[in-house]
Amino acid sequence: MPEKTLIEAIREAIDEEMARDPRVFVVGEDVGPRGGVFRATMGLWQKYGEWRVIDSPLAELSIVAIGIGAALNGFRPICEIQFADFIHPAFNQIVNEAARFFYRSGGVYNVPMVIRAPYGGGISGGLYHSQSVEAFFAHVPGLKVVVPSDPYDAKGLLKAAVRDPNPVLFFEPKKGYRLIKGEVPDGDYIVPIGPAKVTREGSDLTVFAYGMMHYYALQAAEMVAKEGIDVEVVDLRTLAPVDKATILNSVRKTGKALIVYEDNLTLGYGAEVAAILAEEGFEYLDGPVMRLAGLDVPGVPFSPPMQDFFMPSPQKIAEAIRRLARY
Amino acid sequence: MPTQVIMPQLGESVVEGKILRWLKREGEPVRQFEPLLEVETEKVTTEVTAPADGVLLKIYFPEGVTVRAGTLIAMVGRPGEPVPGRPYRVGHGGEIEPLEEAPVAAPAAGAAPPASELAPAGRREGSPRISPVVARMAAEYGIDLSKVSGTGEGGRVTKKDLLAYIERMQLQPAGASTAPREAEPPPWEQPGTGELFRPTEEVLQAAPAPAAPPAPVALPPPPAAPAMPYEILPLTSMRRAIAEHMVRSKHTSPHVTTVFEVDMSRVMAHYEANRAAFEREGVRLTLTPYFIMAAVAALKAYPILNSAWTEEGIRVYRVYHIGVAVSLGEEGLIVPVIRNADTYSLVGLARAVQDVVERARKRQLKPDEVQGSTFTLTNHGVSGSLFATPIINQPNCAILGVGRVHKRPVVVETLQGDALAIRPMVYLALTIDHRIVDGAQADAFMSKVKTVLEGWA
Repeated sequence: MPEKTLIEAIREAIDEEMARDPRVFVVGEDVGPRGGVFRATMGLWQKYGEWRVIDSPLAELSIVAIGIGAALNGFRPICEIQFADFIHPAFNQIVNEAARFFYRSGGVYNVPMVIRAPYGGGISGGLYHSQSVEAFFAHVPGLKVVVPSDPYDAKGLLKAAVRDPNPVLFFEPKKGYRLIKGEVPDGDYIVPIGPAKVTREGSDLTVFAYGMMHYYALQAAEMVAKEGIDVEVVDLRTLAPVDKATILNSVRKTGKALIVYEDNLTLGYGAEVAAILAEEGFEYLDGPVMRLAGLDVPGVPFSPPMQDFFMPSPQKIAEAIRRLARY
Repeated sequence: MPTQVIMPQLGESVVEGKILRWLKREGEPVRQFEPLLEVETEKVTTEVTAPADGVLLKIYFPEGVTVRAGTLIAMVGRPGEPVPGRPYRVGHGGEIEPLEEAPVAAPAAGAAPPASELAPAGRREGSPRISPVVARMAAEYGIDLSKVSGTGEGGRVTKKDLLAYIERMQLQPAGASTAPREAEPPPWEQPGTGELFRPTEEVLQAAPAPAAPPAPVALPPPPAAPAMPYEILPLTSMRRAIAEHMVRSKHTSPHVTTVFEVDMSRVMAHYEANRAAFEREGVRLTLTPYFIMAAVAALKAYPILNSAWTEEGIRVYRVYHIGVAVSLGEEGLIVPVIRNADTYSLVGLARAVQDVVERARKRQLKPDEVQGSTFTLTNHGVSGSLFATPIINQPNCAILGVGRVHKRPVVVETLQGDALAIRPMVYLALTIDHRIVDGAQADAFMSKVKTVLEGWA
């Protein structure tokens, strides 16, 4: 199987879906001739034309609103928010409209729409180019939230998102766009939205992570393996709906859980995983459920040393693993 | 209660620290938050402050020793408060030798610390934390967690420890062995296979592996007993230990008990005359030291009772280590040992008894203080019993039971003839291991005890 980067896998998924289904189109800032700031749509404007690869004004509210309207009229829009940090102006459209349409119309209208957004820090992007926003949306019933962490899943999950009858938020770890490589088959396949994936089997404790943090968690697991700590790593992949079975089964086996996410610690997505474990896995716990996350500060710092201080890293994850293993 | 000084964890990944310098000596007063000692870790050198106002009662580790975080290193409290002894001894070359598995630093290889390592700090105030999964599995398998050594933080029993224990002991979850049997229908309810006309016994015997003896036939369950309300008292480790010991003793030694009565007039006179004087020396006099002295004198006269049965022969001890049963109320009882009891004066014995009784009640006895007795004394009279038939404290040959000293009319012989007198009397019961001695030796021993007590001067 050919090896591809995360961004190549995403571009391939968009390209194949557009080729497969004429209802699929892309709308976003600089997605046209320029191919997007991260080149996710490179070549697509040339291939599918300006009616299917639409450069939008700098107005995220309208990007999402166009998507909702098109979806209600039978199209399959893929909206690109250039950075997840800019999704906030569209919050009302996503939460008040897209998420509730199906419910509000008694099942008459649905919104089959994908909103792609690069998220996360580690690229010295500063306050406006580093945020993690998944927890806002995972909180809202009616939305699906997907965060791939490797190219194979990214392609399969994005295709599943395009074909899903519901609004799907697709958050891509931008630091991993070119860093994370993996084998990706050419042609069509689907990774279903929903199931989490055990990406490393282990017996001592489980690290739950997604996106960039999952990539780091695998590295941390290798670091501590040399010290005799046998870590299981679970890539959550889909945050909403959450795969409780995989989460609980893993902790039934290992008894200990560390949840890693780069969003701010408090009320981040890991809090939900911790609550699931406390409520439904209590009798299997052999240690405190631990979270390692970004600091509770107003923004991801711009300066590299401060950014390192903010972000979980493989080293920090390994240290947290050691602490939990010792307990 | 003295306050423990614990080696702190001086950083997230710092697991041990070296005691560089004690800034206070034993007996010196300290104030809370006043620097008490200097500790050096791989990363920093820092001061550890006193956790409370008071006097530095005890320093457990000298300077230069590395101990793990969480280890009890000193005690602070009111002057004169009793504190436990050192958990280590100093070897010939001045090196530190752990008494049990004391918290002297293991090589930095990161080897798992021995289970009891953190016990001084962690176990004193109650048992360490039990995680939900460990609690559930212990209940499922009926495991007494105090028997499982823990490798987690603070000696905590981890799920892995428990799994290893279950595997080692080859335990099954309670009820697991019966469950499948219930699910399996009895042979006569299984579909016939052409054997309907053979005798039932033959069919049943042929069904399981033919070489094995006939498998027990599953009988229909007996009618359930009418439900009676009850409650379950969980078995403490002490309760289990007592139960195990008592059953083993009764299985091991054929018990015979002989009872003597003793006139305690002279002992009581001595006791009343000296109690106040002892009190002034800070020693509470009881009758126990008198009985210990009498028993030691009788053991010296009849050493065969100061013995233990072994397969190579009867081991007759030349030391007199007397176990003294101490009741801990509902919790159970414990038998601390007074070593070389023959070397003590009455006041020395009284002091020794007072010390072990107090520490027994405070659960401060060390493991080697409750083993190695050669003879045992139990005073059931303190709870009103006149006489009893004690169970031998294995592997002793005999145990002396002391009843309540009570005044009653007795016939005394005087030069003027028999007379009735009111005397403080006590029944002494001696239970012997009939493998080692016979009734005659037991009675000879008791006569000696009686002579010593009645002739007390």
